[in-house]
Amino acid sequence: MIRVEGLRKSFGRQAVLRDLDLEVATGSITVIIGRSGGGKSVFLKHLIGLVRPDAGRVLVDGVEITHLTGRALDGIRRRYGVVFQGGALFDSMSCAENVAFPLREKLRIPADEIAKRVEAALAQVGLEGVGAKLPAEISGGMRKRVAIARALVTEPEIVFFDEPTTGLDPVLVNTIHHLILDLHRRFRFTALVVSHEIPEIFEIADTVAMLHEGRIVEVGPPGAIQASANRIVRQFIRGEPDSSEGH
Amino acid sequence: MAERPLAPALRPFEVVGARTFSVVDSLGRFGTFFVDALVAIVTPPFKLRAFIDRINYIGFRSLLIILLTGAFTGMVLGLQVYLTLVRFGSEAFLGPAVALSLIRELGPVLAALMVTGRAGSALTAEIGIMRITEQIDALTVMALNPMRYLVAPSILAGLVTFPLMTALFDVVGIFGGYLVGVELLGLSPGTYFGEMQTFVDMKDIMTGFWKSVSFGVVVTWVCTYKGFNVGHGAEGVARATTQAVVLSSVLILVWDYFMGSILP
Repeated sequence: MIRVEGLRKSFGRQAVLRDLDLEVATGSITVIIGRSGGGKSVFLKHLIGLVRPDAGRVLVDGVEITHLTGRALDGIRRRYGVVFQGGALFDSMSCAENVAFPLREKLRIPADEIAKRVEAALAQVGLEGVGAKLPAEISGGMRKRVAIARALVTEPEIVFFDEPTTGLDPVLVNTIHHLILDLHRRFRFTALVVSHEIPEIFEIADTVAMLHEGRIVEVGPPGAIQASANRIVRQFIRGEPDSSEGH
Repeated sequence: MAERPLAPALRPFEVVGARTFSVVDSLGRFGTFFVDALVAIVTPPFKLRAFIDRINYIGFRSLLIILLTGAFTGMVLGLQVYLTLVRFGSEAFLGPAVALSLIRELGPVLAALMVTGRAGSALTAEIGIMRITEQIDALTVMALNPMRYLVAPSILAGLVTFPLMTALFDVVGIFGGYLVGVELLGLSPGTYFGEMQTFVDMKDIMTGFWKSVSFGVVVTWVCTYKGFNVGHGAEGVARATTQAVVLSSVLILVWDYFMGSILP
């Protein structure tokens, strides 16, 4: 389980996270929704140890990671898979080399075993035969799928998806969502997805948390969030413009 | 809690203080970055493939520009030094004058400036783009140290390639001086090379060698640091690249003076 307690973060005078609390159950798909620029990605970076909070704690299975450094933090990160917003594939490597990279560098397994696992990982995301291509030679949707294959190839316990469908057409958005759901059923990892794809994201979530102005304002199963009486949640789900606030 | 604004008369002190803190902070980050890089260099696992790739990137791909600038520097030196020496009837010393200028001073400095312009800027831009596209973050969350993959191989490659590039620059430059002095202006080949053997000794060669080694470290350190700490977007990468080239070039010239004062 991931537990976040009283997380606070400011950049200069701008407060991005203000006493944020959240629990992510083991083996569940938890989706963080919220407006662009609302601190979702910054929150995610706290969970993966890329940003340190000004106050508060992040606990992964009871271990506080907020002040961990070096090997201790790496030990936690070895349990992670992360799909970045833009994919973050290494430009100089082919798709297959990208997927093979964490295997080659983190696990001491023979080259033929790595090749088999890379082939299987690419097949799982429906990308057989693109292994030799460079990331620049494939479409945005394919890049996202290669990034998912790379994040899952080491069979992590916890997978973070930072807006995995941003910039994709509706068909690809659904394709990626169903891919996440399918892979989750197969590997039973704990997933934390940051997204603002409404309402598609409700189909894959076990729990949805709404992040607004640095706080979680509502958390619950998708049905409860969709039926929420909270004005901020309703406005976000319905996509009502800002001017409707206060009406 | 909001801070109370200072009295107008004290504001200049506030500005100077903030600026001083900022400079000290930057220097501290610059220093700790180098220490982190050194730790990554001396502790296993060593990334041989990345090191060879960086030698190709910094050294091999700079060969053409080194050969071209080296040849023309030698030719200009040959022409100008000959025209000066001939006034004193000392044109026999053209060979040592060209060789000493190149080996002790111009070879290390100009080769370093050329490699900075070609490979240093590219190094900053490449690492900068990796930073803004989250590729460095991807390495970090894979529990892999980006210093080991990106910075340590670059600094090691700088250590190896800068002396080699300098040696090539010197050789081609001496040959350029020969072309002008001997083939164009009629000095005898024996005089050109013979006097060179008399006046150039190992001490001069080692002076150029140590300079080039230190320039290799300085340039790769500055360029990787600027790439690692790039700002936002394309503008941030452009600014970091410019800063890396300017700072490296200035440091090469400043450090050259200090090395020239220390070395025999």
